[in-house]
Amino acid sequence: MTEYDVREDTALSSAALAERYGLAVSGRRPPLIEYTRQLWSRRHFIVAFATARLTAAYTAARLGQIWQVATPLLNAAVYYLIFGLLLGTNRGIPNFIAYLCTGVFVFQFTQSAVLSGTRSIADNLGLIRALHFPRACLPIAFTVIQLQELLFSMGVLGVIVLATGEPFTLRWLLILPILFLQSVFNAGLAMFMARIGAKTTDMAQLMPFLMRTWMYTSGVFWSVTTFTAHAPGWIAAILNANPALIFNNLMRYALMDSVSSTSLPHHVWLSSLAWSLVVGIGGYVFFWKAEEEYGRG
Amino acid sequence: MAEDSDRRVPTVIVDQVHIVYKIYGTGAGRGSATSALSRMVRRKSSPAISEVHAVRGISFTAYKGEAIGLIGSNGSGKSTTLSAVAGLLPTASGAIYTDGQPSLLGVNAAMMNDLTGERNVVLGCLAMGMSHADVRGKYQGIVDFSGINERGDFVSLPMRTYSSGMASRLRFSIAAAKTHDVLLIDEALSTGDAAFQRRSEQRIKELRESAGTVFLVSHNNNSIRDTCERTIWLESGVIRADGSTEEVVADYEKYMKNRR
Repeated sequence: MTEYDVREDTALSSAALAERYGLAVSGRRPPLIEYTRQLWSRRHFIVAFATARLTAAYTAARLGQIWQVATPLLNAAVYYLIFGLLLGTNRGIPNFIAYLCTGVFVFQFTQSAVLSGTRSIADNLGLIRALHFPRACLPIAFTVIQLQELLFSMGVLGVIVLATGEPFTLRWLLILPILFLQSVFNAGLAMFMARIGAKTTDMAQLMPFLMRTWMYTSGVFWSVTTFTAHAPGWIAAILNANPALIFNNLMRYALMDSVSSTSLPHHVWLSSLAWSLVVGIGGYVFFWKAEEEYGRG
Repeated sequence: MAEDSDRRVPTVIVDQVHIVYKIYGTGAGRGSATSALSRMVRRKSSPAISEVHAVRGISFTAYKGEAIGLIGSNGSGKSTTLSAVAGLLPTASGAIYTDGQPSLLGVNAAMMNDLTGERNVVLGCLAMGMSHADVRGKYQGIVDFSGINERGDFVSLPMRTYSSGMASRLRFSIAAAKTHDVLLIDEALSTGDAAFQRRSEQRIKELRESAGTVFLVSHNNNSIRDTCERTIWLESGVIRADGSTEEVVADYEKYMKNRR
């Protein structure tokens, strides 16, 4: 650092002195590019945090990690009992079990990422107040946790799909781009909700209801085409633009040979790409805008 | 103040800072459902806000290589000042300029209690921006320094099973593993045993030699005397004295004796 005459220093105002020695205002939010660079340098932290949290999540249960596989199976069993056997919403769907399980697991990914993202700041205030790191690490890490859980579910799902008589085709390779797009979308939504949840802690109570409403309109238990066939065009367009529905349908198309490409809405890849870019980048910028406020007060 | 060295580089400048805590929902009772309902019906937007003016216009400049003690009776604004320097509390007016990102180390800042000490060390280091290789190199040093393994293999147990002293020792060890431009310590030393206090005083000296500035808040005047050569005495959010530790602590002790 350059040396200055000290007598000159004492004559300066605090702001000028700070500028001379390159001091910055404490707790100011870094510019977006610098923030992204910091975030990238914490990528190992994000992965390690997610892995540690995931293994810790089941330590209290005696069966331990078995629950990672058992939870999605039980979920699928409950929905099959209600919607497949009791309500009979499987009309017009050839392979309902595979259809249902895919929908449940894929929607679960978005649902849990958003729910844990909403609480990610409020639940980790201790960490936030103890150490300095880009706060976006937290909602992203919780999305990574859910992605890791989904990978377990996808293993279960693969077995279910094969057991219900679907062949193994090259279309299964589409799983990778679909999961990537959905992860970006979920991370963006988790960051968006993390900022809202950090300010308004009541959101954590409200979110489960919003998420359930979203689930019922996302074609998890029944085919949305049974509504869109009779509905006016604009309602059908809105229902078909639902990103959760798009990801559900794409995953079914990838896994199940009985789902043909004609059942997919038009421009489905383009719209899924648009959703993940808009929500991913939008959620990131929205979260960054309040970076200096998390954990304060 | 600028007497001994001819090149003193400021690292923290606190300029006429006021800090006001806004506390929502006092009196009206946010928790009660009926009062919340009546507020909604009457369209009153927010319950009574009470303000606590914790810090009232303090100014000081800290230089590279200094260790500064902050003393004062309970509620005098010491911890509040540190949080504001760390950038965790907004200032109501005035400005705080710092060199790099100050790290606040407080006993109340819990880490991840359901994870093992080992995980906490690795995650804490990664969160401070170290690489995996750095963490591997420093891991053993951190665990040895904290001394939590002296009575069996505690590092592989969840942190919620630690005593408060062990937890704060581990937290201090993690934060001290990295050289910080500005390190803020809130009572961390007073919780450890005598052997750990000696080690941490040694570590603070090393941190200062590697051109950092250390702030220490403590009610233990001896640990202030041992580690800091400059002390700031806060009382009711105002600086009452700022000078060499010897004089300021002596004045403070006299003041406290008279209050009793």
